[in-house]
Amino acid sequence: MTFDWQYIVDALPHYKTALWLTVKLATIGIILAIIVGMVCSIIQYFKVKVLSQIVQVYLEVARNTPLLIQLFFLYYGLPKIGITLSGELCGIIGLTFLGGSYMAEAFRAGMEAVTKSQIETGKAIGLSNLQLMRYVIIPQAFSYSVPGFGANCIFLLKETSVFSGIAILELTNTTKNLMGIFYKTNEALLMLVIGYLIILLPLTLFLTWLERRVRHAEFGN
Amino acid sequence: MSEQVPILQVKGLTKKYGEKIVLNGIDLQVEKGKVIAILGPSGCGKSTFLRCLNGLEEVQGGDILLDNESLINKSTKWREVRQRIGMVFQSYDLFPNLTVMENILLSPLKVQKRNHSEVEAQALELLERVGLADRANDYPRQLSGGQKQRIAIVRALCINPEIMLFDEVTASLDPEMVREVLDVIAQLADQGMTMLIVTHEMNFAKLVADEVIFMDKGNIHEQAPAEQFFTNPQTERAQQFLNILQF
Repeated sequence: MTFDWQYIVDALPHYKTALWLTVKLATIGIILAIIVGMVCSIIQYFKVKVLSQIVQVYLEVARNTPLLIQLFFLYYGLPKIGITLSGELCGIIGLTFLGGSYMAEAFRAGMEAVTKSQIETGKAIGLSNLQLMRYVIIPQAFSYSVPGFGANCIFLLKETSVFSGIAILELTNTTKNLMGIFYKTNEALLMLVIGYLIILLPLTLFLTWLERRVRHAEFGN
Repeated sequence: MSEQVPILQVKGLTKKYGEKIVLNGIDLQVEKGKVIAILGPSGCGKSTFLRCLNGLEEVQGGDILLDNESLINKSTKWREVRQRIGMVFQSYDLFPNLTVMENILLSPLKVQKRNHSEVEAQALELLERVGLADRANDYPRQLSGGQKQRIAIVRALCINPEIMLFDEVTASLDPEMVREVLDVIAQLADQGMTMLIVTHEMNFAKLVADEVIFMDKGNIHEQAPAEQFFTNPQTERAQQFLNILQF
C-alpha cells in the first residue's frame, strides 16, 4: 500500500478547518448539555411539580432515540412548520438535547451520593434548601459526577461524527466529501483517525487528571 | 429554687414510624444552664428524641415549648429555631468542599447575615479555645476525627445557640480522641451552656451532667440528679444497665 503524501499535505487545510469546527460545536454542545443536565437533575431531586414530569419525558425521549433521528427532525422536520435553523445550530441543539439527558443522569447519581447526614447537618445549622443546594449538595455532587461527566464528554465528542448526516463539514463529513472527489480513501481515513485522536487523547488525559485532582481536593483519596 | 420558666419544655412527645412507637410520651423540663445527660441502650429512642427537638423528625403527638412557645405547629420556622438550638452529630459531617473557617462561617454569614470580621473574630476565639486555631485554613480531610468533631462543635457554637444538643458525639472516635472532645463539652458546661447530651460515656455523664435521664423503649424510666442516678439508681432497668457497663 502506498500513500500519496503530497495529497495529505494538500488536504491538510480542509482537515484543520473541520477539526476546529468539530471542537467548536462539541465544546458549545457539551457545555450546554452540562447546564441542561444539572438543571434537569436538580428539578428531579426536589421533585418539582409538573416540571419533574416534563423532565422525565424529556430524558426518556432523548436517551431512547438516535442522535441522527433527532438531527433529522431539527434539520428536515422543523422547516415544514416554518422553523429553519442552520446546520450548525441544529448540531448544537441536537448534541445538547442528547447530552443533557446523559449529563442529567450523571449528576443525579452525584447528588444521590451526597450523604443524608451532610444534608441534615446543613439543615441543623439553619441553611435553607437553596443554600443547602448551593453550598453543600452541588459542590459535592459535582465532584462525584466528574467521572460520569468525563465519559459523557468523550461520548458526545465522538457523536459529532453523526453531524455528517445534516451536511455539517466536521471531520467525518469532510473526509467523506474528499473521498468522493479524489478517491484517496486510505489517506483520507488516516487523516480522519488522526484528527479525532488529536482532539480526544489530550481530552482523555485531561479528564483523568481532573478526576484525580477533584477526588483528592474533596475527599483526600 | 428559682421561679424562672424552663427554657425548654417537652410534653407527652410521641413519635411513631408507622405502627412502631419510638417515643412514647416523653415529658421533660430543661432549665437554663442545666446539663442533661440522656442514657439508655441502643434503639431506646434517645437520638430520635434529640432529632425531634431540632425538627429533623416529624412528631405524632405532644408538644415542645421553647421559651414557652410551641414548636409543634405548621407556622414554626425551623430554620430560626435551629439557630437557637444547635446540634452536633456522631458523624461530625464537616462539609468536605469547604475549609475549616468556611465551614464555621457559612451559617453566621449566609443564614444570620452577620458582619464578616465580627464572626471571624468569634470563630478564631472559639478555635483557640478548642486548640485548633492553626487549622482554620485546612480542609476537613487534613484533620483527625477528634479534630473534626471539635470543629463541628465550634461551627454549631458560632451560631450563638441557647441550647446545644450532642448526639453521641464521641461514638465514632478513637479512645484517645474521645478525651479532647469531651473536654470541650465539659468547658461549655462550666460556662453555663444549656445542653442535652446523648452519650455512652458514663464517667463523663457523671462528671458533667446535672441531671440524668435514663430511657428505654421510648420511655423515660428514670430521671434523677446525676450523683444519685449513678450511686443509687431507683429502677431495676437502670440498675441492670449500669451493672452491664461495669466490668
